[in-house]
Amino acid sequence: MTTVASDSTPSAPTEPTGPPALQLIDVVKEYPGVPPVRALDGVNLTVAEGELTAIVGPSGSGKSTMLHVMGTLDRPTSGSVHIAGHEVSRLSDRRLSAVRSALVGFVFQQFFLLDGDSAVDNVATGLLYTGTSARKRRAAAVEALERVGLGHRLHHRPNELSGGERQRVAIARALVARPTLVLADEPTGNLDSRTSESIQALLHELHQEGATIIVVTHDNELADSLPRQVRFRDGSVEFDSANGTAGAPSTTSTDAAPSVGEPEPTELQLDDLTEPDPTDGP
Amino acid sequence: MANPTPAKPLPRSSSFRIADVLGTATAGLTARKLRTALSALGITIGIGAMVAVLGLSRSGSAALEDRIAALGTNLLQVSAGQGFGGGDATLPEDAVATVGRIGPVNSVSAVATVDANVLLNDLVNPSQTGGLSVRTAETNLVEALNGSIAAGRFLDDATVDVPAVVLGSVAAERLGVSAVDGTQVLVGEEWFTVIGILDSFDDQTDDVETTLFADLDRAAFIGADIAEELFDAARNPETIYVRTDPDFIDDVLNVIPNTADPESPEEVEVVRPTDALEAQEAASSTFDNLFLGLGAVALLVGGIGIANVMVIAVIERRNEIGLRRALGATRAHIRRQFLLEALLLSVLGGVAGVLLGSAVTALWANSQGWRVVIPPEAIFGGLVAAIAIGALAGLYPAVRAARLAPTEALRSS
Ligand SMILES: Nc1ncnc2c1ncn2[C@@H]1O[C@H](COP(=O)(O)OP(=O)(O)OP(=O)(O)O)[C@@H](O)[C@H]1O
Ligand SMILES: [Mg+2]
Repeated sequence: MTTVASDSTPSAPTEPTGPPALQLIDVVKEYPGVPPVRALDGVNLTVAEGELTAIVGPSGSGKSTMLHVMGTLDRPTSGSVHIAGHEVSRLSDRRLSAVRSALVGFVFQQFFLLDGDSAVDNVATGLLYTGTSARKRRAAAVEALERVGLGHRLHHRPNELSGGERQRVAIARALVARPTLVLADEPTGNLDSRTSESIQALLHELHQEGATIIVVTHDNELADSLPRQVRFRDGSVEFDSANGTAGAPSTTSTDAAPSVGEPEPTELQLDDLTEPDPTDGP
Repeated sequence: MANPTPAKPLPRSSSFRIADVLGTATAGLTARKLRTALSALGITIGIGAMVAVLGLSRSGSAALEDRIAALGTNLLQVSAGQGFGGGDATLPEDAVATVGRIGPVNSVSAVATVDANVLLNDLVNPSQTGGLSVRTAETNLVEALNGSIAAGRFLDDATVDVPAVVLGSVAAERLGVSAVDGTQVLVGEEWFTVIGILDSFDDQTDDVETTLFADLDRAAFIGADIAEELFDAARNPETIYVRTDPDFIDDVLNVIPNTADPESPEEVEVVRPTDALEAQEAASSTFDNLFLGLGAVALLVGGIGIANVMVIAVIERRNEIGLRRALGATRAHIRRQFLLEALLLSVLGGVAGVLLGSAVTALWANSQGWRVVIPPEAIFGGLVAAIAIGALAGLYPAVRAARLAPTEALRSS
């Protein structure tokens, strides 16, 4: 499992059946300030289930901000965010936490492992807020660690692991709840090039297995190896390899909400989703 | 993975099982053992001090109460006070008899000092008597004072007019007499045979403040008849010990002066020895309040220490908070985790404090020969105080941790 990714260049065995894993429609994020900072300036992006996407762009172009908005860690100032067909941008903080626990997995540049916990315990934390029993969490964690090639490091603590191994633990933690969407912000940013390559291979493997992954990266080699690239500049999509050359800078239609790639949110759950809760915004 | 689920239903909320909150909070503390121990220390000291103060005070009181019970509150001690014209007043010769005729009086005994020294032999310098005295005693002295005999027997009707002596515990020790084996000691110029050795009248406690009968322990007792015959001793009693019906103690106390010495009742002094013990008990409890106050201050400082440590922890562990939020923790979950950590911290300190305070109490009480009494309300109160302090100290940091926006918390420091 830990060897190089399958040579058959991934063309994703996905046949998008349900709603897209992720859809951003005219997402604007403005940070208040003396001149307010418009970190996201009308982003439209659709990611189908099973896609492996790289997001690149110069520093400060809004990549991390977008990842946070996609992962419901932050709310857009305007526009809408759909995860697996659920509109999430106006849910209460409590509901957003539920979305994160079940539908989204995060991988960070700094890993953010808990120093006192072993690899298994760290990975099991990925299920801590899902109501899963401790025994099942552990079993799932062992499985996830085996999946990322760390079956032999179950009981090591972060300080006993190499950087690459730590990032694998973090990736296992992001995967353990089997989320709809895995979001990685510079997953190889703290790793040397050889270790980066092995993480790259792992991402390809996971993609082969069907995971939907979005990777923000400065690493051109990594970005180029992924099936799809989206380039950011000044808070909007400058280029999207899925849309040919230009990323159709969202000018298509700003008034009609669904514009790119048949969005049509599943109406089944819609009623209990769009309950705005102004009492506790993040 | 083979993740075909088209649209996972959206859960209403994430959850954080109680056992998991406990596990997470415990892990948070065990990951930083030294800091945990140090920050619990303030509470330990505060609770420990309070439990020890209450425990020692209660053990001390119990010891005093035991002594009061052993001595009996119905014991009165009658002696001649200072006369008006200066010089020592004396009690009338028949005082023992007249006091004994008071209705509720059960028994009467008396001692009087004889002007003589007691020595082991004639080679010893009389100035080395070491503060020992020779006294006459009624034959019922030991029963009257609830005393006990270490060896041999006390004076009786057959030995009041012969050269026989019974030694108090200190007197026997000073004279080097440890067995009743026909040893003779020199009383004045005469050889007396030791027929008995007494236990201390003051119990085994080495608490100096409460020795009520130290002078009796230092005495060599001889019969009144032989004292009169050999040393020309007067028959006036010096101290009379009276046992009364417990229901009429105050009445007896009031009539004794007139009964014992109708001519100058104002010179008769009547005290109840147990009053001194009760006074001591009262005095020590006012002292306790001081220590309890100090313990409360230590607790307060301990609580502030925990609040301080938790505030710092929240700042230091921003990334952890952000991570947990990313993994699906709600604000309430974060709040619960940090509140419980503070609670565990102070309960840990509290339990350690209760153990420490109890250990100190046990050690000290044992060294004093006291019965160990650890009042349950001290243990209970200590733990309740710890919980209250933990809740108070943890509230603000926990609320702060929960307020942190996830993106803010995830920013690298
Ligand atoms: N909390 C904030 N308050 C104000 N401005 C912010 C905040 N977070 C980000 N910004 C601004 O928003 C813009 C986009 O930031 P973001 O972190 O998304 O960039 P990025 O593309 O991830 O950059 P990098 O590649 O350096 O990580 C930047 O101009 C940044 O200064
Ligand atoms: Mg960034």
